[in-house]
Amino acid sequence: MIFLDNLINGLSLGSIYAIIALGYTMVYGIAKMLNFAHGDVIMIGAYIAFCGLQYWGLPPVVAILVAMAVCTLLGVTIEGLAYRPLRQAASLAVLITAIGMSYLLQNIALMIWGANPKSFPRTFINNSILRLGGLSMSSATVFTILTNIVVMVVLNLFISHTKLGKAMRCVSEDRGAAELMGIKVNRTISATFAIGSALAAIAGVLLCSSYPILQPTTGSMPGIKAFTAAVFGGIGSIPGAMLGGVLLGVIEIFGKAYISTELGDALVFAVLIVVLLVKPTGLLGKPVREKV
Amino acid sequence: MKMTKAKRVRLIYNIVTFALVIGAFIILQSMIANKTISRSLKGQLVPICCWIVMAVSLNLVIGISGELSLGHAGFMSVGAYTGAVVSGALLNIWDIQDTTLRLVIAIAAGGILAGIVGALIGIPVLRLRGDYLAIVTLAFGEIIRSLVNVLYIGAGDGKLHFSFLNKELPEGVTMLVDGAKGAVKIKPISTFAAGFILILITLVVVLNLVNSRAGRAIKACRDNRIAAESMGVNVTKYKMMAFVTAAVLAGMAGALYGLNSSTVVPTQFTFNQSINVLVFVVLGGLGNVLGSIVSATLLTVLPEVLRAFADYRMLVYAVVLILVMIFTNNPTIRAFVNRLISPFRKKDSVGGEAR
Repeated sequence: MIFLDNLINGLSLGSIYAIIALGYTMVYGIAKMLNFAHGDVIMIGAYIAFCGLQYWGLPPVVAILVAMAVCTLLGVTIEGLAYRPLRQAASLAVLITAIGMSYLLQNIALMIWGANPKSFPRTFINNSILRLGGLSMSSATVFTILTNIVVMVVLNLFISHTKLGKAMRCVSEDRGAAELMGIKVNRTISATFAIGSALAAIAGVLLCSSYPILQPTTGSMPGIKAFTAAVFGGIGSIPGAMLGGVLLGVIEIFGKAYISTELGDALVFAVLIVVLLVKPTGLLGKPVREKV
Repeated sequence: MKMTKAKRVRLIYNIVTFALVIGAFIILQSMIANKTISRSLKGQLVPICCWIVMAVSLNLVIGISGELSLGHAGFMSVGAYTGAVVSGALLNIWDIQDTTLRLVIAIAAGGILAGIVGALIGIPVLRLRGDYLAIVTLAFGEIIRSLVNVLYIGAGDGKLHFSFLNKELPEGVTMLVDGAKGAVKIKPISTFAAGFILILITLVVVLNLVNSRAGRAIKACRDNRIAAESMGVNVTKYKMMAFVTAAVLAGMAGALYGLNSSTVVPTQFTFNQSINVLVFVVLGGLGNVLGSIVSATLLTVLPEVLRAFADYRMLVYAVVLILVMIFTNNPTIRAFVNRLISPFRKKDSVGGEAR
């Protein structure tokens, strides 16, 4: 029973990682950059939802939609202001900019909401406990796993069937050729950031529903772990992000339960290192041939 | 023998760098002797030395070798812990009272252990490239932090006692490292002179490395890995050389830093600290050693002087990082700046040093 409990908790945590990892993997696949600030967009999304619920008295669904809208806008703004001027620059410069952006968001949150942790209010997501046989689990767990499945299916349909989705795949394959074919590369990259950031808002709400402590650094650790998950699954691959996220969540929870609570994080990062050494393209990633 | 222009420029640069450091040391020492130095600045002297060494060594990895390492604070923490343990062991087990000897041995030990850790990390990590390398060094920094969080070391009965995860040490030992409480009961023995010597060692090592055959190989790997490889440069070896050298220097800085206060806690060496050093390097100029020294000094002193600024320090840092990167890397802005300053440039500098 304890094993099953852990497994379900792991799946739930993994689902959150998976949704965050989608944002990383899409941006990496299309813009070829590591958006370090993604974890902090999650945090901003969670804060907006928190404000909606606590201060503005919005119904939960509306609060989540507002958070998604704000994050979408934020993601597009970040891309336009900070990343677009560096489209041709070396990856080192882009990465340092992204780290700066991550710090900027954290410090803005610190100025607006203060350093004291806020406790995320209860909503329909996490206000009941479900019993199934001998198992009892928070409704947040179930909601998280279900949301993950829905997001996965919708995103896959979007990528494979819509015009914008096809454009994204084109840009990811070969940016120059896509541009020659009349695809607006900048607009496609903006759209990717928009989708990734909207997903980040959802992830933020789910994260804070399961672990209701909200502070300016809330997003950074899950962000880094989700990036680990994206690499684990094969960066650039959407099913890979899902698989990597879920596996990583399960590994973390089992590591904490059976090895040591303190070493849970270390274990997750050890997984990343082993994966990169053994199979740097990740579980579902495609090998990239080097061109001179 | 006639010197080429590039050589002359380099020589002048090195002389200016050394002269600046030595001059600053002499001025500060005389200020200490005259007691005209403010209390807060005096307390900052050793940390400033540590941050200078950290910035210069990180610059070796980022600016010269072209790899983004985000776990530099991890090496510093290895050095700080080793320094504290070695110094404690020397005092408690071998009863060595001479502080200078203890400090020297502790700093050397900190550097060596950090170097070993750096080599262990470097072997797998330097096979990776770009963003992966950044994230893995970050992961290593976090792993080191998690591990020292559950590390217990005590000195007693003429030897060191180690335990991991659980505190299982015999009764009556003197605790040196106490898990999440960090390294405790350190006798502060760091001196400004030691910091100054460490900076000099760092400068000699880094400037010589940069201007040597190995340094040119490292820079070749940075500028074009494939071209360097096809010219017969062993990329992994030279990247490793830069990485391990930087780790050793960071470990030595860490030992000095750790022995400057009475406790060292794991939370001092988080990812934020690595970013702090990154800001020093970026603001001072990638690959510019003198710039790193100046920016590390200014950015350590400024928050103490400008109290109002201290609250917004990280916010300003973040904006500075973004703006510096955009201004130095955006082609449009660079062309614009070049057009602005071109009338003031001497004609011969246009075709001068090839970059």
